Amino acid sequence: MNLLEVKNLHAEVVGKKILNGLSLTVEPGKVHAIMGPNGSGKSTLSYILAGKPGYEVTEGSVAFNGQNLLELPADERAAAGLFLAFQYPMEIPGVATMTFLRTALNSVRKQRGEAELSTPDFLRLVREKAADLKIDQEMLKRAVNVGFSGGEKKRNEILQMALLQPKLCVLDETDSGLDIDALKIVSDGVNKLRAPDRSFIVITHYQRLLNHIVPDVVHVMARGRIVKTGGAELARELEAKGYAAFEQAA
Amino acid sequence: MPAVQETVERVKSIDVDQYKYGFVTDIESDKAPKGLDESTVRFISAKKGEPEWMLEWRLEAFRRWKTMQEPTWARVNYPKIDYQDLYYYAAPKQKKGPESLDEVDPEILKTYEKLGIPLREQEMLAGVQKSKIAVDAVFDSVSVVTTFKDELKKAGVIFSSMSDAIREHPDLVKQYLGSVVPITDNFFATLNSAVFSDGSFVYVPKGVRCPMELSTYFRMNEKNTGQFERTLIIADEGAYVSYLEGCTAPTRDENQLHAAVVELIALKDAEIKYSTVQNWYPGDAQGKGGVYNFVTKRGDCRGENSKISWTQVETGSAITWKYPSCILRGDNSSGEFYSIAISNGYQQVDSGTKMIHLGKNTTSRIISKGIAAGNSDNTYRGLVSANRRASGARNFTNCDSLLIGDKCGAHTVPYIEAKNSSAVFEHEATTSKISEDMLFYCMQRGLSQEDAVALVVNGFVKDVLQHLPMEFAVEAQKLIAISLEGSVG
Repeated sequence: MNLLEVKNLHAEVVGKKILNGLSLTVEPGKVHAIMGPNGSGKSTLSYILAGKPGYEVTEGSVAFNGQNLLELPADERAAAGLFLAFQYPMEIPGVATMTFLRTALNSVRKQRGEAELSTPDFLRLVREKAADLKIDQEMLKRAVNVGFSGGEKKRNEILQMALLQPKLCVLDETDSGLDIDALKIVSDGVNKLRAPDRSFIVITHYQRLLNHIVPDVVHVMARGRIVKTGGAELARELEAKGYAAFEQAA
Repeated sequence: MPAVQETVERVKSIDVDQYKYGFVTDIESDKAPKGLDESTVRFISAKKGEPEWMLEWRLEAFRRWKTMQEPTWARVNYPKIDYQDLYYYAAPKQKKGPESLDEVDPEILKTYEKLGIPLREQEMLAGVQKSKIAVDAVFDSVSVVTTFKDELKKAGVIFSSMSDAIREHPDLVKQYLGSVVPITDNFFATLNSAVFSDGSFVYVPKGVRCPMELSTYFRMNEKNTGQFERTLIIADEGAYVSYLEGCTAPTRDENQLHAAVVELIALKDAEIKYSTVQNWYPGDAQGKGGVYNFVTKRGDCRGENSKISWTQVETGSAITWKYPSCILRGDNSSGEFYSIAISNGYQQVDSGTKMIHLGKNTTSRIISKGIAAGNSDNTYRGLVSANRRASGARNFTNCDSLLIGDKCGAHTVPYIEAKNSSAVFEHEATTSKISEDMLFYCMQRGLSQEDAVALVVNGFVKDVLQHLPMEFAVEAQKLIAISLEGSVG
């Protein structure tokens, strides 16, 4: 069974139509890249998958693991295994990152019918995952994303992804604002999570990220739908030719 | 439906909070006749077996009160209070004051048990509580029991009901009562001076660090009865005391009046820490009923290097009118005010502090966090002033407001007066809304909407919560979640 099946999706935000009959199928264990120019609807797609308020689906369907994703509230989608790494992670003043991670993990575990982790088990788990991403313990004591650098924010997103063990990870321009070293750390973190039962949708403008996270499938998005699908070589072709040729095709 | 919109809808449909302290204790009580005139004042004084000087003090206040007008400057609206339609004294019926807990009416003991207030010392010692807390329990107009009196006595600490203190320690009471909040102070304080019924009295002698937390628990039970408690705390030179008050009242359609006065006196090198968790009944979802809370609280840092710290968590009452203040009289004295004020439903809060710098090198710190939800209005009103001779005075103020939904209001009214050019006053203020993006971020990580709001709010108030004694910080955190239950979807 396919993990994600998006069929003829039409959606709008405050009356403005953004998605125009988008269809997309993601199989378990695969990495799909979605590339496209600004305003093509890439971020909108990620928000609609995650259930952000204010985004209205007017037509089409989304099945996740055979379940109608669109009728679930955001927290239930998270528990079902959908994770969105935000382009701009939110700051939560006064809430220690460690507290946030623990609250999130236990919420998800509870909804999945699993027991809460004990404090020692939780700390062990976080330390292990944080070390992979070269996140030091000091950062985990600070308030969630408050005063974090761009690189720290993105690493924090991947840390959450590693802890919550999702089935589908949507990475919304995770490479934006990252220097080369941070890009490498984040990509390694993502690659480490690749597994036969876990899929990825990597949204990006640039080929650069895809040198580190090598996709199985590349889609080109323009004007709210997917206009071309190919293998990893399609990304290189885009980098050489630009998006203009594809935009006309849309 | 967008999350915040949903929140607003929920607020409309739900009772302000699932107020769990709303039960009524069925007990016969001894009341003064309804209404207020000189004979009521005499009645109260006689009931308490007070000496003549105390009665005179009350009568002077009463005569003064008759010439005063109710203040109207606060941002609160309420129908005119008919002061003749109230009872000014209600006491659980019994022949004389209870000598031990066994003589206290079991119905009253049950009430405190339901409220989770430990009154039996042996149970407290045997129980799960980690630290000992001495409790003075005030039921309507009288103190019903004070625990750990003997142990405190060994340390030289006096902790008793106000009525007992007037009889047993008249010199201390005479010297300090009204010395911080004079009987002419303001409409509600003057009313309190005339008809106050009971409250707590604390005296910590020179150089003594009070061996345990002291606490008073106020419970208003009777219908149409005003509660007018009077608390007086004196920390003599080099003494230290930490004191906590908690308050609840039954769910009633009528408004109940509460006009208390608290006076703190810190002499040279002394420190008083005063914490409040106020959870009077706030009224129902339509704004019917609830407690009118008009309170005057003031501390006097009378000696050098003295310190007074107010911490308050205000979640209850239909109307809160309250400005715990510090008079920084002694050189190098310092005052602190940490506040969390939450309003939901139709609650109205007008609260803040006054830091009055009189001595040299005095410092003060104000951290205020206001959270408004539902149709409520939440105002911070504060005064920071420096006298001509208060050279080197310093103040830091931070007032943050958080709005939940779009039917509520947050207001900040700071007054700053510096008559000494060397004074340094800093003021920071922010107003923010719980953003949909923030809630979505939390929910994407698996938190329910309710948990997401609680998490964000707890982060918002963290700076203040950490100033509460540990046990109460946990209680306060729960209370905050309960108070906002109606505001989240």
